Amino acid sequence: MATKRTVEVELSTTGLDSQGRPQRVPLMVDDGGSPVALEAPPAIEPDLAGDHMLINIGPQHPATHGVLRLVLELDGETVVRCIPHIGYLHCGFEKSGEYRQYNQIIPYTDREDYLNSPGNNVAFALGAERLFGIEITERCKVLRVILCELSRIISHLVWLGTTCIDIGAFTPFLWSFEKREKIYELFEAWIGARLTTTFTRVGGMGADIPDGWLVGLRGFLTDFPKTIDEIDRVVTRNGIWVGRTIGLGVMSPEEAVNHGLSGPMVRASGVAYDVRKDFPYLDYETYDFDVPVGTNGDVYDRYLVRMEELRQSVRILEQAAARLPEGPINVKDHRVILPPKSKATSDMESMIHHFKQVMEGPRPPLGEAYVAVESPKGEKGYYMVSDGTSKPVRWRIRPPAFVNLSAISKMVEGHLLSDVIAINASIDIVMGEIDR
Amino acid sequence: MSTSFTPVVAGSALPSDAPAPATAKSVPQLGGTPNPSAAALQARFPTAVRSIGVVWGETTVIVDRGELLEVVQWLHDDASQRYDFLSDVTAVEFRDLELPIEVVWHLRSLPYRRFLRLKVLLEKGSPLEVPSVWSVYKAADWLERECYDMFGIRFTGHPDLRRLLMWEQYREGYPLRKDFPLRGRFSRSEQLRQALAANPEARYSKEELSIAQAFEDLPDDMRRRLSAGEKTGE
Repeated sequence: MATKRTVEVELSTTGLDSQGRPQRVPLMVDDGGSPVALEAPPAIEPDLAGDHMLINIGPQHPATHGVLRLVLELDGETVVRCIPHIGYLHCGFEKSGEYRQYNQIIPYTDREDYLNSPGNNVAFALGAERLFGIEITERCKVLRVILCELSRIISHLVWLGTTCIDIGAFTPFLWSFEKREKIYELFEAWIGARLTTTFTRVGGMGADIPDGWLVGLRGFLTDFPKTIDEIDRVVTRNGIWVGRTIGLGVMSPEEAVNHGLSGPMVRASGVAYDVRKDFPYLDYETYDFDVPVGTNGDVYDRYLVRMEELRQSVRILEQAAARLPEGPINVKDHRVILPPKSKATSDMESMIHHFKQVMEGPRPPLGEAYVAVESPKGEKGYYMVSDGTSKPVRWRIRPPAFVNLSAISKMVEGHLLSDVIAINASIDIVMGEIDR
Repeated sequence: MSTSFTPVVAGSALPSDAPAPATAKSVPQLGGTPNPSAAALQARFPTAVRSIGVVWGETTVIVDRGELLEVVQWLHDDASQRYDFLSDVTAVEFRDLELPIEVVWHLRSLPYRRFLRLKVLLEKGSPLEVPSVWSVYKAADWLERECYDMFGIRFTGHPDLRRLLMWEQYREGYPLRKDFPLRGRFSRSEQLRQALAANPEARYSKEELSIAQAFEDLPDDMRRRLSAGEKTGE
């Protein structure tokens, strides 16, 4: 029987000893020098518990949907703390608005939530009309409802497409953007612009719909539900989608209301709060539509709520197209609405109105108004204070995505790093609106 | 999905024969129907409520600065009010610089479908400080930070009152104040100089640098300057 002897060799790969040096292990060799038994020593894993990691996402990152920056503290892959930073797109719209007449502010409203430009135009015009004490015409109301709902569909489609891309599905993005393009074509035919519409005026609209426009709208409305069904079939019961969205970022109803969430975010938590139903404007109470609510308040429910809102918007649009009354779109008052150009050059009174409006702008009485509408992101409010001059003393946007985003720290804590992307996508942020 | 789920419905506290909400029509400028909460508030806090006004159908209650937090807490908790939703926190400064700065809270009661505007007037010359309502509404977190950032109003009791939209080293003041010029207080060249002089590594706050001892990984000169008290931020 061969005698055995023990030699020590250095094995750098097996781990470190308690002093941090490479571990030395006994190696058994026989007389000829070849090893006879080699037992791997127990590897000492470095203790990583409590060793947290700092991760920075953004501001230039495709999955943050704009210039959002998140500083994350990770324990392994789990988020311990999330510190959001915003303000990279701060343009000072509110400050600029204090130096503009009311109709001149409307272009700014396009550029804050740029997926919902016509809806913002309508919201601002409603606020200014409250401040001026103007009652708009019936036809104008219905046309504005059509604008609001079309832009809601656009916003939800962009949300759907980009969120699908974030989570790993590419095809729904193409389908939803194709339908969005159809709506932009409708806008182009009516408004002339696609993205930055600037289409409402205080007391009316920029133009009436062209002949045959409703035919195009009805064509879209018959076509569009098929696309919703297609996306529904591909996504709703998709294993990857379900696995990556269920149970993420849960907000209970009480928390959601206390954190000021609104729109699909609060409805996914099971709170049936919709400005269109509870504080109606534009005669929304006369339209027949349902408010979908979720049960769990997670990312998956937010998706379901938005999908159902697409269908409800189609319902509202069908009713609006059917009831569109004849009549003028602008109020008769030429102190707020420009007289026709032909009259402005031939009629003395109209010329004075034209001159006063262009040079000074219409003047609301002293007062203030907070008018909220249901934007695709939630409760969008415009708060205006007038001191009797033609420019507001204060023009304030209540951005729904801003308040929704402020709850992200609470929503992502305890979830994995990859879930941060899904939760952030579910908020439906538009940084133009958050930073203003 | 659980079957016992019941959604929280806005308007749930209203009697069943209450009129359905409708679009407001021909709202008078002054003297509309005041929100019933205003009278209840006056009965409950006779010293805190300074005035009640109705403009364009919206009720405004001007309350005393000292009792604001109690007023908001009562509006939130009381079973006959239940103002559970904070819509907005903002401030208004008038062009007439003699007029006080107004801090404005927009509250909604979802169960009763009510809307109430609370105001606190801050006289010029008095400290711009109001109590924070963060302890009642978590929604106030960023709204108050933005208001501090834009107007310089300090919300006492806010857990983390930092600048939000502007960066932390921003020195020009508070942009939405009326004495702040539209193009900024500093000249264009000074703004450019400051932007170029900003250290791009100083993008993390002290608190963030404490994560994973990230402070230790910074370059030497950076650590020296931070230890000497230089502020970090965006």
